[in-house]
Amino acid sequence: MTPTTHVTSDPDGAPASQPVNPPRAFSVFSAAELKTALKKMYLIRRFEEAAEEAYQRGLTYGTMHLSIGQEASAVGACLPLGPSDYITSTHRGHGHCIAKGADPKLMFAEFSGKETGYCHGRGGSMHIADVENGNLGANGIVAGGIPIAVGAALSIKKRGLPNVALSFFGDGAANEGAFHEALNIASIWKLPVIFVCENNKYAMSTSIERALSVKNVADRAVAYSMPGVIVDGNSVIDMADAVMAAMDRAHAGLGPTLIESKTYRLRGHSRSDRNRYRTREEIESWAARDPIGRFEGDLIAHGLATAADCIAIREAAEAEIAAAVQFSNDSPLPSVDHLLSDVYTPVEAKP
Amino acid sequence: MTAPLSATTGALPVDPTATRELSFAEALREALGQALEADERVFLMGEDIAIYGGAFQVTLGLLERFGHDRVMDTPISELGSAGVAVGAALAGSRPILEFQFQDFATLAMEQIVNQAAKIRFMFGGKCSVPVVFRAPTGSGTGGAAQHSQSLEAWYAHVPGLKVVQPSNPYDAKGLLLAALDDPDPVMFFEHKLLYKVKGHVPEAPYRVPIGKAAIARPGTHLTIVASAIMVSRSLEAAKELAEKGIDVEVIDLRTLRPLDTETIIASVKKTTRLMCVYEGVKTLGIGAEISAMIAESDAFDYLDAPILRLGGAESPIPYSPILEKAAVPQVADIVAAAERLAKKRV
Repeated sequence: MTPTTHVTSDPDGAPASQPVNPPRAFSVFSAAELKTALKKMYLIRRFEEAAEEAYQRGLTYGTMHLSIGQEASAVGACLPLGPSDYITSTHRGHGHCIAKGADPKLMFAEFSGKETGYCHGRGGSMHIADVENGNLGANGIVAGGIPIAVGAALSIKKRGLPNVALSFFGDGAANEGAFHEALNIASIWKLPVIFVCENNKYAMSTSIERALSVKNVADRAVAYSMPGVIVDGNSVIDMADAVMAAMDRAHAGLGPTLIESKTYRLRGHSRSDRNRYRTREEIESWAARDPIGRFEGDLIAHGLATAADCIAIREAAEAEIAAAVQFSNDSPLPSVDHLLSDVYTPVEAKP
Repeated sequence: MTAPLSATTGALPVDPTATRELSFAEALREALGQALEADERVFLMGEDIAIYGGAFQVTLGLLERFGHDRVMDTPISELGSAGVAVGAALAGSRPILEFQFQDFATLAMEQIVNQAAKIRFMFGGKCSVPVVFRAPTGSGTGGAAQHSQSLEAWYAHVPGLKVVQPSNPYDAKGLLLAALDDPDPVMFFEHKLLYKVKGHVPEAPYRVPIGKAAIARPGTHLTIVASAIMVSRSLEAAKELAEKGIDVEVIDLRTLRPLDTETIIASVKKTTRLMCVYEGVKTLGIGAEISAMIAESDAFDYLDAPILRLGGAESPIPYSPILEKAAVPQVADIVAAAERLAKKRV
């Protein structure tokens, strides 16, 4: 197979190429599943807004990296995954966690440093994980999760399991050595791993134009003999279709795929961001391509949901996040007595 | 033990239970082979470990027995390979990654220090990362500055890691099998000069517990705390010192993290003098930690002389053999330092 870059649609460039076939996601997923996907998008949006509100009210401690505007990328990529498929995530990971099925209550408690959080307050915003449900964790190190996903895929292959590992990372991570080493290893060993680069145009303040030697991150796939697929990351359906194609390839033993999700973060990098590196016009132009409204439009156009359904879904998500915030507020802080208890696994010595 | 001579050859028959000897490298190979046999989750990764058998031949012959799926040559990608090992461990496998030299593991510090060591803690104790990272360490082979370092103190500074450094073939096998049983990441450091050293190694699998030091030689006048090649050098020095009337107790740390403080404290209380001998650079090294630990313990009141550290020079490891030898403690240095210490009084 000759590796090529497939452009399904490119929100930055020329008009998107027309898909030959109707999107597969509409035939694979039921209306109920697609409405659950919409709910997850609203959960992510409201979770991030609640985190931001907590910051504005002076109630947060550490930093946070909000994914408002990138909901379709997380939800669309995770839509085809099952609980036994793995993901690795990033510092901007709240959305990936919710998309993979995490409980916002336990997430908000973790974000707030409470004992009831996913990591009992040890990890915080950047380290939320749910290993039992296949989420190998957000990661505070750029590109840190990429080789870990390759390792999970190696374990899957060794055990003959029908699963995949999917690694989310940003455009900045594509310039780390770990990205290149991981893609090479995944390719030579033909591992069932899917690399999802969420290209939101900026590694903190540094634009891809100033930091990336290629026009698209997906162009680098050629160097590792795998397909490089550019997807409109603000489309749930396009993301789900691209991941399903990558899963087919992985299940067939053909190895990894690099998917570049072109998207945009509408908020700053973190709470210290003053937006000195981009224009208001640019931000507003992307706000106009809001992925949630777009997915609602898709669902209504295909007769899978009504406008009233969408409002009900949004309200249900808002209520769920309000309950998550309340749960977190009502939760106890961790006990200082247990500071050291999770550094090592308790072991019983063998003779 | 006496055994009848063979009627035909005149040679002593081999009694494998009592006199079975293996080199340090063979002992490690036997442990790896037994682990691969016992647990199908176990696999080996590393640069040139399969066909080539490893730079120091530790994995020689394992490819033929277990195949490429269990004994995997990796590309020269230390960071990527370490991450793959971490991910495989998280997903239920039991990887053992060999770094060709400890110096090269510096390329993988991100995965070792930020990921492997912290994942269990960061995730609230909900998972473990059972990975073993093996690496040859130390000078004495003409490897010069980038193939000879002793950076074990770096790793011992990181909560979440365990750091093991055997000094003889028996411990090499027993500690490696213990490291493989361990649910947490273990750094397993093998001094290059020990690979060919022979010693008694039982064939059946056994474990030497991680975190427990050994008294390699009991003594009464002063305590030397050492690990890896410095144990045999200290034992050799102890022989010379015994002839001079100085009875040295040599403690083999075996594990740098967790440190067996109890054994060291008990020994210092008995001998009242402490000397730390280590190949890593002296300043901020393992000897600094042991000295401070004793200074903070109730053994401090027993000291009859200031604690003495004999560590590596404050320089990279040089190439020329005369310089290379001068950069790390040798037997004569240990003898001279111990003589000074034995005469000193607080």
